[in-house]
Amino acid sequence: MPETNVKATGAPVDYASFPDQRGRFGDYGGRYVAETLMEPIEELTAAYEKYRNDPGFIEEFESDLRDYVGRPTALYHAKRLSELYGAEIWLKREDLNHTGAHKINNALGQALLAKRMGKTRIIAETGAGQHGVATATVAARLGIECVVYMGADDIQRQAPNVFRMRLLGAKVVPVDSGTRTLKDALNEAMRDWVTNVDDTFYIIGTVAGPHPYPQMVRDFQSVIGREARAQMLEKTGELPDQVVACVGGGSNAMGIFHAFLADESVELHGSEAGGDGVETGRHAAPLTAGRPGVLHGNRTYLMEDENGQIIGTHSISAGLDYPGVGPEHSWLKDIGRVQYAAITDDQAMAAFHDTMRCEGIIPAIESAHAVAHARLLAEARGGQRILVNLSGRGDKDINTVAKLEGIEL
Amino acid sequence: MSETTKQPAGRLASLFERLKGENRAALIPYITAGDPDAQATVELMHAMVEGGADAIEVGVPFSDPMADGPVIQAAHERALKSGLGLRGVIDLVAEFRKRDSHTPVVLMGYQNPIEAIGVAAFVDKAAAAGVDGVLTVDLPPEEADELSAALGERGMSPIFLLAPTTSAARTREVATKGSGFVYYVSLKGVTGAANLDTDALASQVEGVREACALPVGVGFGIRDAETAGQVGRVADAVIVGSAIVRLIHEQASAAGGMNAQGLEAVRGFLAELRAAVETARH
Repeated sequence: MPETNVKATGAPVDYASFPDQRGRFGDYGGRYVAETLMEPIEELTAAYEKYRNDPGFIEEFESDLRDYVGRPTALYHAKRLSELYGAEIWLKREDLNHTGAHKINNALGQALLAKRMGKTRIIAETGAGQHGVATATVAARLGIECVVYMGADDIQRQAPNVFRMRLLGAKVVPVDSGTRTLKDALNEAMRDWVTNVDDTFYIIGTVAGPHPYPQMVRDFQSVIGREARAQMLEKTGELPDQVVACVGGGSNAMGIFHAFLADESVELHGSEAGGDGVETGRHAAPLTAGRPGVLHGNRTYLMEDENGQIIGTHSISAGLDYPGVGPEHSWLKDIGRVQYAAITDDQAMAAFHDTMRCEGIIPAIESAHAVAHARLLAEARGGQRILVNLSGRGDKDINTVAKLEGIEL
Repeated sequence: MSETTKQPAGRLASLFERLKGENRAALIPYITAGDPDAQATVELMHAMVEGGADAIEVGVPFSDPMADGPVIQAAHERALKSGLGLRGVIDLVAEFRKRDSHTPVVLMGYQNPIEAIGVAAFVDKAAAAGVDGVLTVDLPPEEADELSAALGERGMSPIFLLAPTTSAARTREVATKGSGFVYYVSLKGVTGAANLDTDALASQVEGVREACALPVGVGFGIRDAETAGQVGRVADAVIVGSAIVRLIHEQASAAGGMNAQGLEAVRGFLAELRAAVETARH
C-alpha cells in the first residue's frame, strides 16, 4: 500500500494527518467488526469528531485532568538511577495520577464523551485491572452503570484491583473462554456491546480496536507527551535524546511518543514484553516476533500460529500480556520512526528493584520494562538524556513480586 | 478448470431460483468444522442434506470468535484442540464434494485465518474444493474489496451481513458488493441469543428487500421448527446455527463421538425444520 512507503519518498511524514478517513495508519488499523457495530461506530466517530474540537468539551476534559486526575504529572530527574545506569534519566510520573496510572486520562475522556452521547451504561475490558479501575472510577463519579470484563486467570492474579472495582460499584464479569486473559475479555466486551448497543458505550483501554478508537485513545493520552516535552525544555533547555515507553496495547507509549514524532532528533523506543525471552516462544512481543493480521477490529502485528489462530502470550506483567498491539505502532515500526525491543521478565524485575532502591518509587512491572530498556540504551551508548514514561505505580504488583521471591504476605 | 469456476455463483443462484418456484425458503444449517472431529464433519454434512438442508454453512474454527455466543464459542474451542485450520476445513469441503456436487457450501468465519494463508491462495484452494460462498464475520464491505474481487473472479460469492442497526444507505451499498444472498442478523447480539421477535422481523425483512435485490437469509435466534417456520414465511433462507451445534455436541458427548445414532438425531432435527419451512407459506 502506498502510505507505508511515504517515508521512502523522502518527504517528511505529516504524522498529525494519520489515521486517514478510513482509520488507516499505512496498512494498519481500519474497521474489522461485525455489521451490527458498523453504524454505532460511525455514530461514535461523528460524536468524537464533533466534541474533540468543541471548546466546552475540551474545557471540561482539561479541568477534570487538572482537578480530579491531578495533572500535570511531575517530570522527575532520577539522579541515583542515572548514576547507576550511566545516562541522564528523567521519569514522567504517570504513577502519580489518580488511580495510579495513565489509564485514567483515556477513561475520563471517553466517559465524558459517553455522557454527551447520552449513553447510560459503560463497559470495559481489563487485563491487569488498571483500566478497569480507571473506568470504574470515572463511572462512579458520573453515576453511570459500569460493567468490566476480565479474564478469569487475570482475576486470580490481580485480586486487589478486582476488589477496588467492586468497591467502586462496578460489576466485574469473569471471562472463562479462550486463554482466560485480556484478549478474551476484549472479545466478551465486544459481545456485550453488540447486544446492548443502544444504551452502552464501550471504553476501550488501549490504542487498538476499530477506528476511531486507536486515534481517540491516542488523543486522550497525548497529554502525557505534550506535558513531558514542555517540561524537558523547561528543565533542561533541550529535547531528550531518547524517549522510552512500554508497549502492551501501547496507549502510554502513543501518549508520550505522539508529541515527539515530528522531532527527528529524538529517538523513540518501545519496550515489548519479552517474557522468558523471545527465543523461548513464551513472550508477548508481536512487533518483535509476530506478523500482521486482523484481530479486535484492526489490522496490526499479532502473535499467531501458521493457521492464523491467536496464540497464548506470556509476561510477568498482566498489563502487557496481549497478543496484539495498537495499529499506529505497527505503522511506526514499519516506517522506522520507532524502534521496538523485547525486555524479558528478569530484566524488568531487575529494573523494578533498581527503581525502588535508588529512587524510592515503586514502578508498575509494566513500567519497569521501560526502565530496563533505558538501561540497555544507556549501556549501548552511555551519557544520553533519556525520558522514560513511568506509566503506573507498582503497589498492585507487590503480591506478584512476593510470590516470585517465595514470600507469603 | 473445475466445474465450479465455469459457472459463477452457480449452485447458490440456481438454488434460490428453484425455491422461488416452490414458494419456500431455503433451509441452511451451520456447523462448526472439526466439532466433534474432522471426519464427523463430512458425515454430518451429508446427514444434514439427507434431512433436508438446501445449503450448508461450514464454520471455520477461530481462537477469537467475537461475534459468537457461548455454544458456538465452545464448538470452536473443541475444534481447535484437534489443530484443524482453514486449509483443513477446505479439504473437508472437497471430501464432501466427492459425494455431493449440488448442495451449495458457504464458509463462515473470521478474517485472520484467511490472511494467514493469503487471499489468493485461499481463494484458489476454496474454488478447487467446490466452495460456493464466503462469509467473513469481521470483514464489512468497507474492508472487503480484495477478498470480494478474488472470490468473484473464481465464481464464488462474497456474502455480507446486514443487521437491525444497518441503515438503508448501507444496505444499498452491501447489496452492490455482495452476491449469492445477504445474511440478515435478526437481532442485536451474538449467535445463539434467544429473543427473536418474529413480528418485527417481517417488517425488517421488507425494509431490506426495498434496498437489496439479493435473496435475504435470516439467522440468529432460530432454534426449533416453530421459529424456523415463522422465519420461513418472510425470509428467502432460514439459517440455523447454535441449535444444531448444541445437538451435535449433546450427541457426541453422550456417545464419545459422532455415531450412527447421533447422525440420525441430526438428520431428524433437520427434517423437522424442513417440514416447518415447507409449510410456512401454505
